[in-house]
Amino acid sequence: MKVTSLFAGLFLASAAVAETPVLTVYTYDSFVSDWGPGPAVESAFEAKCGCDLQMIGAGDGAALLSRLRLEGSRTEADIVLGLDTNLTAAAAETDLFSPISLSANYAVPGGWSDTYFAPFDWGYFAFVHNTDLTAPTNFRALAASDLKIVIQDPRSSTPGLGLLLWIKTAYGDEAADIWADLSDNIVTVTAGWSEAYGMFLEGEADLVLSYTTSPAYHLIAEEDSSKTFALFDEGHYMQIEVAGKLATTDQNALADQFLKFMVSDDFQSIIPTTNWMFPAVTPKNGLPDGFPQALSAEQSLILSPEQAAAQRSAALDEWQSALSQ
Amino acid sequence: MLRSVVGGAALIALLIFSLGTALVVGLQGRGLGVLNSADWSAIKFTLWQASLSASLSIAMAIPVARALARQSFPGRQALITLLGAPFILPVIVGVLGLLAVFGRAGWISAALDWAGFAKLSVYGAPGVILAHVFFNLPLVTRLLLQAWMAIPAERFRVAESLSAAPWAYFRLIEGPMLRSTVPGAFLLVFLLCLTSFVVALAVGGGPRGTTIELAIYQAFRLDFDLGKAASLALVQFLICGTVSLLAFLVPLPQTNGLGLDRVLQRLDGWRHRLWDGFWISIAAAFLVLPLGAVLFRGLRHLLELPPQILAASVTSLTIAIISTALCLAMALSLSLAFARRGALARSLAEATGILGLASSPLVVGTGLFVLIFPYAQPMAFALPITASVNAMMALPFALRVLMPAVQETYGDYLHLRMSLGMGRWIWAKRILGPRLRRPIGFSAGLAAALSMGDLGVIALFADPDLQTLPLMLYRLMGAYRMDQAAATAVVLVVQSLFLFWMFDRGGRRHAAFG
Repeated sequence: MKVTSLFAGLFLASAAVAETPVLTVYTYDSFVSDWGPGPAVESAFEAKCGCDLQMIGAGDGAALLSRLRLEGSRTEADIVLGLDTNLTAAAAETDLFSPISLSANYAVPGGWSDTYFAPFDWGYFAFVHNTDLTAPTNFRALAASDLKIVIQDPRSSTPGLGLLLWIKTAYGDEAADIWADLSDNIVTVTAGWSEAYGMFLEGEADLVLSYTTSPAYHLIAEEDSSKTFALFDEGHYMQIEVAGKLATTDQNALADQFLKFMVSDDFQSIIPTTNWMFPAVTPKNGLPDGFPQALSAEQSLILSPEQAAAQRSAALDEWQSALSQ
Repeated sequence: MLRSVVGGAALIALLIFSLGTALVVGLQGRGLGVLNSADWSAIKFTLWQASLSASLSIAMAIPVARALARQSFPGRQALITLLGAPFILPVIVGVLGLLAVFGRAGWISAALDWAGFAKLSVYGAPGVILAHVFFNLPLVTRLLLQAWMAIPAERFRVAESLSAAPWAYFRLIEGPMLRSTVPGAFLLVFLLCLTSFVVALAVGGGPRGTTIELAIYQAFRLDFDLGKAASLALVQFLICGTVSLLAFLVPLPQTNGLGLDRVLQRLDGWRHRLWDGFWISIAAAFLVLPLGAVLFRGLRHLLELPPQILAASVTSLTIAIISTALCLAMALSLSLAFARRGALARSLAEATGILGLASSPLVVGTGLFVLIFPYAQPMAFALPITASVNAMMALPFALRVLMPAVQETYGDYLHLRMSLGMGRWIWAKRILGPRLRRPIGFSAGLAAALSMGDLGVIALFADPDLQTLPLMLYRLMGAYRMDQAAATAVVLVVQSLFLFWMFDRGGRRHAAFG
């Protein structure tokens, strides 16, 4: 029977691997895609750890946290990589994470200190569009235009949550009105960043919620200068992406080794041209040519993890009710 | 005796699965107070889209069914067979096809763009309703066509000889038939659209196109708010239950589609032929183009299939076969236990069928999750749970096919068995077996195909390394790898049709008196 031999093959294969320790990392989908940092990170880490690094894509960033809550203390994950500071307060409250001690020369604006999480990259949210489009310069102009945008669901995606807090930070009590005006510009709300960006590339929308660094991908990797981002005069909300260690890990030392590796030059030098974000620790060779500059402090918006957690639920209700009309 | 025990056990299992999980969900729910304005919008949207989808499906099915009933043309039988396809077509494949034709990057948008018009936007309510009409128009057309064909041809001849005006045809012959068929068809489509999940997930476009079923999924997977998921599930159960009670008063039309080869010969004028031709072409194009688009694209990119297709196929086939076996075991034991009890059996079959239609997979899934979570990792039970829920979803259809066959056999041959003193095994082997073979084959094919295409409970329970073919297809669509998604669709459709064909064929081949 072919099926029997297939099962036997699968069984033997997993038995052989079981001899080397396995480190399981939950991350977001685009991180482990063929063109993302995943493959390079895996081979770099496996070269020194004598282990099997299994990176599992579990949807977009915010879906990672829901997944951990679903699995609770029975999760197989040792590391979660891809939450951001808008979620860290909620994540810490789950008691699923273990405190870490890690030091590095972080280049993250505003510096870094946190009990449970360490940053691996950061960036600014922005709407990306083709250069032949005259882009709006703020949310009011965008909402008043006929331009079509694709955004992500704040419940499953960190960019989606970032946009929610971006508008909340910039407009406060008027945020609900902005969303109401924006609702006819929204083609669709996707579950994750990959879907939204893919739709934009296929011409399904004029602008897509992404990062100021996304056009650099087209410029550097594809020598295509047709993409740029819309500079908004409200400023741009920042994202700091982090990783943390699960308290239930059975690979404690290996997990620590991975986090140390994460802030080392080997990992950080992979980030700019695979994840297309600013690395959390500036690599020895600096940033590649064509990579955008950081925005000024006045142009940068960000809430502390506690503020973000406090705002999230109300902002989410506003968003949902504005868009469900 | 044994038969009654087994049948009773099957009934109890079914009740635990449907009403039991709903009860768990109801106890877990935190009342309607936890529902925010967006949730109420989702509830309103669900009811609104289901009414509109059902109305549109019926409004379009009437002219199509009439055209098919009174015209004969080459390919008519093929078209009628094709009308049965969307029922066993995986919903996600249909959605992919509709996007290829009606999406912003689809054919119609390309033509509109070329002609200087705005592109179509299907995300949101238009997409949800479009997809629901795509799946239900063929179903309603077949139901109405059956009713049309059941009108004795003599009535039309008499009307003709009396030179009746077209209006008189409608008022005296077709109107009364529609009055007795349409309410049941409406409720059936309404129920199917109430529990729609995949369509809203794929083309709902965010909060404005969220159904209750999708809101349950989101409360569960995105917010991990089990209490809210349960409250939503309770609302879903109450709505479906109310509609089912209505359906109990209005008998649902039968959904088996055998026969249908008589053409009503009518001497209508060329205007009718033109009008009928218009509707037949519209229906055929609406059915064939989206499917054609996916299959064509998929075949061209078949070699780009990702390697995970093998594991996903094995998972899907395993679930389908287990769920088919479960579904058949339940349908057979229920039929054998209750077939001889006349009116009771009929209303029982009806009630079970409606219970199956009214239970939403995500309500059942939520209930099972709540039950398992305190003791074990529910994700670990993804396969058995999916197989059982799929079996339950196919049960109403299997019962519809099996129950009448069992009843007929007992009605026709029981006296023979009595008079000959026939033993249990001879009876089973010589009389019952051959007569049930064909309906068993057909319902097995149906159950297998429905399970292959399911993307409901598995979406609740799946982890990244476990996927069925429909889930893999949805994930590829999510990554916007449309070529690979289309190729996966080809594999999925081929496997579903193959399973259906194999079971159905197996039932026919040795059927002595089929």
